[in-house]
Amino acid sequence: MTGTTLFEKVWNGHVVDGGGSGPSLLYIDLHLVHEVTSPQAFAALEAADRQVRRPDLTVATIDHGVPTVDRALGITDPLSRRQIDALIANCAAHGITLYGIDDPRQGIVHVVGPEQGLTQPGMTIVCGDSHTSTHGAFGALAFGIGTSQVEHVLATQTLSQSRPGTMAITVEGALGTGVTAKDVALGIIATIGVNGGSGHVVEYRGPVIESLSMEGRMTVCNMAIEGGARAGMVAPDDTTYGYLEGRPHAPKGGAWDEAVAAWQALASDADAEFDREVVIDGAALAPFVTWGTNPAQSAPVTGAVPDPADEDDPVARDAVARALAYMDLEAGVPIEEITIDRVFLGSCTNARIEDLRAAARVVAGHTVAESVSAMVVPGSSLVKLHAEQEGLDRIFLAAGFEWRDAGCSMCLAMNPDVLLPGERCASTSNRNFEGRQGRGGRTHLVSPEMAAAAAVTGHFVDVREWDR
Amino acid sequence: MKPVSVVEGVAAPLPRAAIDTDQIIPKQFLKRIERDGYGPFLFYDWAHDVEGELDPDFVINRPEYADAVVLVTGPSFGSGSSREHAPWALQDRGFAAIIAPSFADIFRTNAFNVGLLAIELASETVDRLVHLAATGERFRIDLPDQTVRAGGETHHFDIDPHTKANLLAGIDRIGETLQADDAITAFERARPAYRPSLEE
Repeated sequence: MTGTTLFEKVWNGHVVDGGGSGPSLLYIDLHLVHEVTSPQAFAALEAADRQVRRPDLTVATIDHGVPTVDRALGITDPLSRRQIDALIANCAAHGITLYGIDDPRQGIVHVVGPEQGLTQPGMTIVCGDSHTSTHGAFGALAFGIGTSQVEHVLATQTLSQSRPGTMAITVEGALGTGVTAKDVALGIIATIGVNGGSGHVVEYRGPVIESLSMEGRMTVCNMAIEGGARAGMVAPDDTTYGYLEGRPHAPKGGAWDEAVAAWQALASDADAEFDREVVIDGAALAPFVTWGTNPAQSAPVTGAVPDPADEDDPVARDAVARALAYMDLEAGVPIEEITIDRVFLGSCTNARIEDLRAAARVVAGHTVAESVSAMVVPGSSLVKLHAEQEGLDRIFLAAGFEWRDAGCSMCLAMNPDVLLPGERCASTSNRNFEGRQGRGGRTHLVSPEMAAAAAVTGHFVDVREWDR
Repeated sequence: MKPVSVVEGVAAPLPRAAIDTDQIIPKQFLKRIERDGYGPFLFYDWAHDVEGELDPDFVINRPEYADAVVLVTGPSFGSGSSREHAPWALQDRGFAAIIAPSFADIFRTNAFNVGLLAIELASETVDRLVHLAATGERFRIDLPDQTVRAGGETHHFDIDPHTKANLLAGIDRIGETLQADDAITAFERARPAYRPSLEE
């Protein structure tokens, strides 16, 4: 008999009922809630006269629609105001903890969970948000769900799921200087495609993944969904326990020792087999810049915009041609010659303290190019506070960046932070879809270091050559 | 969810790859707290010019597709966010089935959960159906038989039997799960005490 994978151990430990050939009923350890995907679920729950089964395993924050400046003025967009008021009322009515706008713990839901120690190894975690995959960095099974499923979890604390396949993505070797977790994520997606992980839970493994900090692992798992995977996971290790210990909701005393002992048994067995295996050479990865309108459409910073004529498949050729037309890019143009108007340093992908430190190191002593408007949006109010205690805000402000309050902001532009038509942005977020950051806006996904360097020079530049 | 069995009518062709949920329903329309009324915003940025005027050439705006009930489209349909607003908008606009070579996982789950058929067929078959949709052929999708019929052709599709049964019955999934209440309670009693709780 072969061994068991990390995913299988977590899955098997949460099956309440069912299985066999049909779907399994999985118990959910933590349900994260935000204002955009929950109001219809609460309304349906109430219409059916049902209760929230476990408010103690449910936590809400406000992130998608919040403004990142002038919060004292309140939320001026009446629709966002109504949506946020609905969440406040729903949490109050059902006894759910809410990290509201004035709460020091407020922030992007996928930054807040780990920060509060709520995200722990071996758990099942869901949220009405596709980037829930982020929490898999701790060895949790975490995935995004739709509003009907949000309602189902609220009512039953379970979810009916068909068992996905297993996929190992092993990143061998070591990353070069200036190559980051974001580049690992983009490199993987460029290899497997936007639907390459479809139907599978990915376990990221190998020396590069093991060498990443928790922030880096979260960046990689965050973008598991951009490769189409149901979830991404990393086996917990001393890096994981070091990050968790002492956080508000982490186990304490004897419970901590008991938990760590259980977590240490979660790693995939040496003889475990995966349904699919992909190997990536970490040493061959470079800082990536997306040139297109999906996250698989990227090139190394030293590369060039591709030519649609090089694609054999007509649908693929059309996709490249459409992307270049939308992005207003010519085939063959070197990536480093692409000039930008805006820089967005933020999102659940890259707005943790380590991301801000890395960007600040690049920015220190420099000034944002005159043609560029740049902003930093910390992932949570605590990340913001932490950064200010370290003086990072002063580095960014001195360079000419705006220093904002925490939220999803221009990653999806549901709040007032929006690209204008035709504006070109270097963004540390996760999606470069058409119109994602504002209708007609053009998004290039990059690492925090690459975004910081582009802010200074006004065009993309190989951060490996920075300040040498 | 209402039961689903047969879908019959005109099919709109939109043969683009990896249409993401930001295209299906852009984020500026996700601020509503209602469950319905998203139809006018379907494919908004493609269906309207920058002034907000309808683009008469975009497929769903053309008169011959005004009553389309099927959308035939490219691979990786529905990639991106988990917003259930995407299937809601498609349904609200009159679509009852989407045919594509592949779907993003969360979109497929959301679609089935609200009774929107997400039918996967081989790329070559979808290419045929795009052609038939473009020539105005009527489609008939039969869920019990698992067939798509159009232009004298019949194509069989696969669907998970449990999903099929749920769609045909229009089942209340929560009601079904609550029948396993004893099993859920037993599971809860056995959960490790070190798992986090929001209770102070």
